[in-house]
Amino acid sequence: MGFFKKLKEKVFGKSVSQSDKYVAGLDKSSRAFSSKLNSLSSRWREVDEEYFEELEQILIEADVGVNLALEIVDATKKQCKLENITDPFLTNELLIDKIFIFYANTAGEIDTAIKEAEEGPTVILMVGVNGVGKTTTIAKITKRYLDDGKKVLWAAGDTFRAGATEQLGVWADRLKVDMVRGKEGADPSSVLFEAAKKAKEEKYDYLICDTAGRLQTKVNLMNELSKMKRVIAKEIEQGPHEVLLVLDATTGQNGVLQAKAFSEATGIDGIVLTKMDGTSKGGIILAIMEELKVPVKLVGVGEAMDDLIEFDLDDYIYGLTKGVKEKEDQK
Amino acid sequence: MAFEQLGDRLQSIIKKVKGQTRLTEKNVEEMLKEIRLSLLEADVNFKVVKEFIANVKEQMLGEEVLKSLTPGQMVVKIVKDELVKLFGDGDNELNLSNKSGLSVLLMVGLQGSGKTTASAKLASFIRKKKNKKSLLVACDVYRPAAIDQLKTLGQSIDVEVYSEGTQVSPVTITKNALGYAKANGFDNVIIDTAGRLHIDETLMQELKDIVSVASPNEILLVVDAMSGQDIVNVASSFYEALRVTGAILTKMDGDARGGAALSVKHLTGVPIKFIGVGEKIDDLEAFYPDRMADRILGMGDVISLIEKAQENIDEKKTKKGFHRMMDGKFNLEDMLEQMEQIGKMGPLKGILKLIPGMPKISEEDQARADAQLKNTRVIIQSMTVEERRNPEILRASRKIRIAKGCGKTPADVNKVINQYEKMKEMAKQLKAFSKNGKNPFQ
Repeated sequence: MGFFKKLKEKVFGKSVSQSDKYVAGLDKSSRAFSSKLNSLSSRWREVDEEYFEELEQILIEADVGVNLALEIVDATKKQCKLENITDPFLTNELLIDKIFIFYANTAGEIDTAIKEAEEGPTVILMVGVNGVGKTTTIAKITKRYLDDGKKVLWAAGDTFRAGATEQLGVWADRLKVDMVRGKEGADPSSVLFEAAKKAKEEKYDYLICDTAGRLQTKVNLMNELSKMKRVIAKEIEQGPHEVLLVLDATTGQNGVLQAKAFSEATGIDGIVLTKMDGTSKGGIILAIMEELKVPVKLVGVGEAMDDLIEFDLDDYIYGLTKGVKEKEDQK
Repeated sequence: MAFEQLGDRLQSIIKKVKGQTRLTEKNVEEMLKEIRLSLLEADVNFKVVKEFIANVKEQMLGEEVLKSLTPGQMVVKIVKDELVKLFGDGDNELNLSNKSGLSVLLMVGLQGSGKTTASAKLASFIRKKKNKKSLLVACDVYRPAAIDQLKTLGQSIDVEVYSEGTQVSPVTITKNALGYAKANGFDNVIIDTAGRLHIDETLMQELKDIVSVASPNEILLVVDAMSGQDIVNVASSFYEALRVTGAILTKMDGDARGGAALSVKHLTGVPIKFIGVGEKIDDLEAFYPDRMADRILGMGDVISLIEKAQENIDEKKTKKGFHRMMDGKFNLEDMLEQMEQIGKMGPLKGILKLIPGMPKISEEDQARADAQLKNTRVIIQSMTVEERRNPEILRASRKIRIAKGCGKTPADVNKVINQYEKMKEMAKQLKAFSKNGKNPFQ
């Protein structure tokens, strides 16, 4: 059998601590997902229609979305028939392969690197709905840059929510990062403009812009976001270099709509998937990949500052499925 | 608004069946398949969908429905009843009675679900609807500036916030807050806690400790309407650990289909008590299962509409305006007053949704309507009192002055005046009606 085993070997061979973090962060998700697959395969001797229906259910419960779940299960079914596979454990492996292949194929060359400015400051704009963890993510990203000895400036663009600027300010103090702030209720674009100017003049390496959480259905707020993007570009050509959509891993199918709306307003270069240390499986990233072809670039797997890691498909799928029993395990 | 898409789907599925004269096993099967898909796409939990479909199927294939001459109506009724069951027909009232005289509401939930905002909204709701005084307690000592957020919100609604900074344990803060509330004559305390994962044993224990100190009469789980399938696990964990008594669904003003959040009631038995429908402090509504089912199925929600009107519209002012209208004394001041009164009920889009059979309007239309209202307001406000009371004196030079004063064009001013003329004309017709018979509104 193909990928799954290779994947295990590949990830096993990696000595990097990143894989460990994945595995630890995804532990709860993995337990739920794998145990479901395992208990399913132990109840069946040979796969049949009903078995595939159950597989479909497991995928839907991981927020993969109905259509994509159907598609993946259908592809698995076809191959099972083609190769005369009736063993449930082998079928599960095949299913995992299919998920992997789907993501990898759609994404093409998966590039998780954050785009950098050729010269001058690199501007990163953080967007997303309310409560997904934008501020915390900013702190985590910054920590990585600071560790590399870079000079980082923040723009406190959330002038709407009560306490938002203070929240970012607390982080700024902890990390000793400079921050441009506006008054509560001020036009966020003005804050961003000032910050962009300062970043250019004082030669910062990175400018990271926080924005207020907004539901993607609020037309005015989405327009405001487009304006922010234009204002940045006025001061720093080609900015923002990277627009990151922060997405809560517990989000359901609404995640697709979020990604669509934000990508219309500002374009998005990548997704930061937060709160993956819970029990949700973040299946929504597959649905988003199918609809919009936007890759996940960073994943939040815990509360600690260095619990933000680069998305790695191998590690993700391995982390999610490591508990899945293989045929040999059974014997 | 959440559920819009689910509602659209269900309505179009049912419409198809309505066109058929008879229900057969075959067209029922087909419809159920579509309903199943629409529910799953709305993030309704898998188990709940299965049960829902089985229940609906059983009833639809019953003798009565198959023989019925109006199968469409039967279908609507069956689906509606099942939706109401799903949303819970149990107790949705907020329990504010406590023997000690001080009632305690504890807010719990995942990070980012909206606990702090919901706490403040709830304090405002309780004051407005129950006429009781709440103390907000800041127990989120982990998230940076969470306390500042609560304080700012408290200030904006004039509700006191109790806090002891971030160095004291939430259990101690709770204890002290209760003493403070009793000594100072508060009716309720609302405790805002830090967001936490349901699998975080240390933090869940902290909540248990708060519960044993405070013995709350309501433990409210705050749930994001955009949640996916996993929210059911989250809710069960919180329920098992704390015996949660109710849920608040937040961010219902997005386009979430909300299915997962709604599954919570069915799978854990925790009733939904409130929904958050906007960013403003007053955007918290009590949850009524049957009204929500009506809205989803496009049947409107007239009861909520009347309640909204009663709460927001100043009856005296409206009556006065109406009488002036009937007496033919209607002027621009009255027109502005009436527009403001209706505006108080919230966005037109929301109001239309409550009226059965009304067409839906898009966000863009809504934005346009809002802009127009604003235009009309600034133009009327740029007139002198004399002009407002006697619009007849408005000639070109006055119009140009008004337009300059508010940064609009004279054409904009004309539009407002035309609008006024139309309303006046309508008033005349109404008067003619009432002369012939009785005033239809009295």
